[in-house]
Order: sequence, then structure tokens, then C-alpha cells
Amino acid sequence: MNPEKALMTDESDAPEMLVPSEPHPQTRIDVSAVAAMAGQRAATETVFECGDINVYYGDFLALRDVTLDIAAHEVTAFIGPSGCGKTTFLRCFNRMNDLIEGARVDGAIHYHGVNLYQDEVDPVEVRRRVGMVFQKPNPFPKSIYDNIAYGPRLAGVKRSALDDVVEGSLTRAALWDEVKDRLKTSAYGLSGGQQQRLCIARAIAVQPDVVLMDEPCSALDPIATGRIEELIAELKTEYTIIIVTHNMQQAARISDMTAFFSVQANERGHRTGELVEYAPTSLIFTNPDDPRTEAYITGRVG
Amino acid sequence: MSVLTTPAGIATGAADALRRRPGADVAGSAFKWLLIGATVFATGFLAVLLAVMIVDGWDVLSGNLWYFLTHGFSQRSAGEAGVWQGILGSLQVALVTGLFAVPTGVATAIYLVEYAQGSRFARIVELNIRNLAGVPSIVYGLLGLAVFAQTLNGFTGGTTAIAGGMTLAAMVLPIVVITSVEALKAVPDSLREAAYGVGATKWEVLSRQVLPAALSTILTGTVLALARALGEAAPLILVGAATGFMAFGDANVFETFTGPYTALPVLIFNFARQPGADWGANAAAASVIILVLVLAVNGLAIYLRNRFEKQW
Repeated sequence: MNPEKALMTDESDAPEMLVPSEPHPQTRIDVSAVAAMAGQRAATETVFECGDINVYYGDFLALRDVTLDIAAHEVTAFIGPSGCGKTTFLRCFNRMNDLIEGARVDGAIHYHGVNLYQDEVDPVEVRRRVGMVFQKPNPFPKSIYDNIAYGPRLAGVKRSALDDVVEGSLTRAALWDEVKDRLKTSAYGLSGGQQQRLCIARAIAVQPDVVLMDEPCSALDPIATGRIEELIAELKTEYTIIIVTHNMQQAARISDMTAFFSVQANERGHRTGELVEYAPTSLIFTNPDDPRTEAYITGRVG
Repeated sequence: MSVLTTPAGIATGAADALRRRPGADVAGSAFKWLLIGATVFATGFLAVLLAVMIVDGWDVLSGNLWYFLTHGFSQRSAGEAGVWQGILGSLQVALVTGLFAVPTGVATAIYLVEYAQGSRFARIVELNIRNLAGVPSIVYGLLGLAVFAQTLNGFTGGTTAIAGGMTLAAMVLPIVVITSVEALKAVPDSLREAAYGVGATKWEVLSRQVLPAALSTILTGTVLALARALGEAAPLILVGAATGFMAFGDANVFETFTGPYTALPVLIFNFARQPGADWGANAAAASVIILVLVLAVNGLAIYLRNRFEKQW
């Protein structure tokens, strides 16, 4: 399906929309060039191009001038201290910030060339393509089966096809064997790690293009975390994954690209986050450009 | 602090330092007894009230309860008077109240929480509604007389059960709105985000996630509001509930909505102002009956809540 067309609320607006947007004038970190530098990443298709993103909560600037590209079928990690805006930025990719009262996103995020922040784009369609897994597992108060089937049902998947969708999603989320005999029981009966895998299965059940993960392991023990990390490594063959994490080892283990965000307080004490460095993970953790990145990853500043 | 400086000092000091001292937390125990006292007072008060009513009304309740329940009001003697019209009227008024107050109140709450959330308008409206909940019921009676009985005469038919029910609906509306607002606010945002995250529209999030999650609390608040309406006398007297003899003639149940009406609390008021102990017994017996009615309504609320509450 043509994503440019599919995202429109009104198909009649499509011709205007299809006009390719101007490339961003500001300097941009060129993913493929950096990849070539790292010598281990092939140049891939770009899913998101973000130009000069500023996010405000009311009058307060939470995130300043972020410009970066996200490559397809890679794991991109956002790291940085608390309050640096990495979760805020993550929620820009599926317009989840729309739900926060007073939040405003300036700038353009192009998803396969379509600016997600123009009026004609329907946020509901965006979220069907750009799924999300949250910090705390948040299954619906329904059965395991209904949790997975919820999204596909909304998308109009036929009843007869639902069983296959549910089994497929749970299998890909490495949960099928553990729950196949109790699909009709409450999702709340699962352990925390299982619930989070259920949420991943729920996210991929609508066959998204991208999966956003907001600190998906922060509420989990190391064993459950390990399982989720294995899962992420498998999922990236099918999906583009963007993950926010506080755990630098985790970022180093699972991601291909890493963006380091930092936070600066102005004279009135308002803290604004900014992108400090965006590079292949192997480079960030071995040879960071910016002294702030180095200080953070070596644990001298947190 | 000095004893803690050496391991030996810590050991010798420990036995003494850890000993329970009498009077270490006097305020704590005093507070506990204060709380127990308040609880005993509150429940005791209620028990005495109930006992007095049952004892006073015992002649009626034990002797001719069936007659009392099934006959209309009579001016002639206490023994010939019954509360049938009051029970019917109260149920009719409560039905009308529910029909008007519940949809309006719940819809207002949904708008305030889910659509106007956080806006200055929503905050002002909510504050005003909270204040309205404190307005004395007699004021609503005046409102009902002016608006529902007179201005909307064509719809309500004047001082009828419909006008009375709408008056009480206006009275309990703030309670319905407030409890529904609280119920909706108590639904965690993570649930909303989960639904939006898989591509649900606002309507789908509301109708399939948020409302079902809030339903049991909304229901409880609504039924409690109705129970309060069941016990009101003052506004109904203003909106024309009969305080003396009334006859339905051969009107059927539907026609009685637009004819003269009365309600149990109004009958109690009427019984209580007649001279003589036998009228007093009637008042007490009617009070017990209204209590049973209110308890039944509350019981219904609990039953419905348990039924609708997610088993997950």
C-alpha cells in the first residue's frame, strides 16, 4: 500500500500531498555516510526524517532542534539522563503527544516522505503503522486473546482470520507456548515479563511498519529483560524499532544506531533536552565525538 | 550517640535502646481511641434511630402491614390510612429522576473529562457543579415550581410526578456529574494510550475501554444519587406532591404520571403532623418502609457493580 495515500484522512487532498517536500536545509547527519565510516552497516532505506523538531509543553520548551533520520529494519536507541526529552521525542513518531494537553510539536517528521504533522494526516492511521510498547506493561482488562485481537478487529480483520493473527503475533512475541492453553483467561494473570511480551504481540498484531518502545524493560527483572532483548533482535528483520532506554548496556547490546540526548537548564530552571550525538552504536560506545557523550557513557555524569 | 561509636558500645546499648517504653506513642493510641469512639457514636446513633422507628411503628408493621402497604391515604383515622400512593409516587418520581439525571449527568461528565479536559471552561464548569451540589434542596423545589411545573406546563402537565421527578433530577444532577467525573478520571491513562497505540479512534477508546472501565463506579454514584432523591420531601411539597387525601380515580399507572401524586417522605411529613400516637405509629412505619426501599436501591447498586465489575 502506498503510505502517502493511506495516511490521508481525505483522499481528495492527496494530489497536493504527493508533492515531494523540500529537503531540509540544515545540516543533517547522513546515515549512510556515517555507516560507511563505521564500516559495518549497509546503507538502508530511511523510514523517518526529522527536521528541527521542537516540542513544547505549554510555553515550556521540552526538546530543542532535533534533526535525525531513522533507518529501516534497524534498532535505534535513544539514551540520556532523565528529563532529556527522549520519551517526548519517541512519542512524536506516532503523534502520541497529541494526547497530552498543551503539548505542541514544531517541525516536520517525514514518514516515507509524508510529513506526519500536516493537517491532512490522520493520527489514528499513523498509529496503526507506528505501534508502541509502553514503559509499564499495560494490557487491556480483557483475555489474552482479546488483547491481541483488539487492534486487528478495529482494523477490520475478519473473525475467521483472527485466530491466525493471534497465534502468529504471540508466536513472534515468543509468548505462544506459554499462553496457548489459556488464551481466554485474563491478561492480568501473566507475569510482568509475559505482560510486556503480550503488549509487544498486541503492537505487532496490527502489522505495523515501526514499533516504538519506551523503556520496555524498566519494570522487568534481568531474565525477562533478556527475553525481550532477544525478541527485539528477531523483530528487527520485520520491523523498524526505536527504543528508549536508561540502560546503556542494553543500548549497546541491541541497537544499531544510538542517539544521545542531554538536558540543559536555562536561567529560570526550565530544563530543555537536546540531541548531542547520533552515530552507529559501536562508535558511540567506543569513540564518542562529544565530551558530554563520553562523560555519560563512562558514568562520570548522569 | 557516643555509645554507637564502638561495636561493644552498640551491643551494650542495644538491649536498653530497643526496650518498649510505656507512653512512647501516647498521641497515637489516643487518636486510635478517638476514632473508635467516633465510629461507635455514628453507628450507635443510627441503631437508636432504627430501633425507635421500629418500636414506634411496631403496631402497624406487625399488625396490618399488608393493609398499610396496599391502601391509599385516608383522613378519617390512622388505622384506615396506607402508603400505597406514596410508594407508587416515589417509584414514579425516582424513575423520572433517573431518566433525566443519568444520561445528562454522565454525558456532561464524559464531555468534561474526555473532550474539554484541562481547559479553563471545563475547570469553571466543574467548580460550579461542585458548588451546585451544596445548594439546599428547597431551592431546587422553587426552581422546579417555576420551571418544570409552570413554564414547562405543557410537557409536565403542571404539578405532576413528571415535574417532581425533573425537579429531583436537577437536584441530583451535580452528584451524578461529580461521581462520573471522578470515575472517568480514575481510569488510568495507560489504558487510553494502549488503545490509541493500536490505532483506535477516540470513539473506540471511549466506548470500548474507558466507559466499561468506569461503568461500575458511575453506576454506584448514580444509584446513590437516586437513593437520595427517594428520601426528599421538601422540594416535592413545593412542586405539588399531595399532602392530604388524593384519589387516582380510575387512572391507570401511566396516567398517574400526569395526575396528582405524592411520595413516601411527603406522606411521612403528613402522618407526623396529625395529632395522636396512632398517626405517629404510621409515620414510624412509613419511615421503616422508605428505609427498606432505599436499602433495596443501594443493594441493587452493589449487585450491579459486582456484575459489571471486570472479573479480570
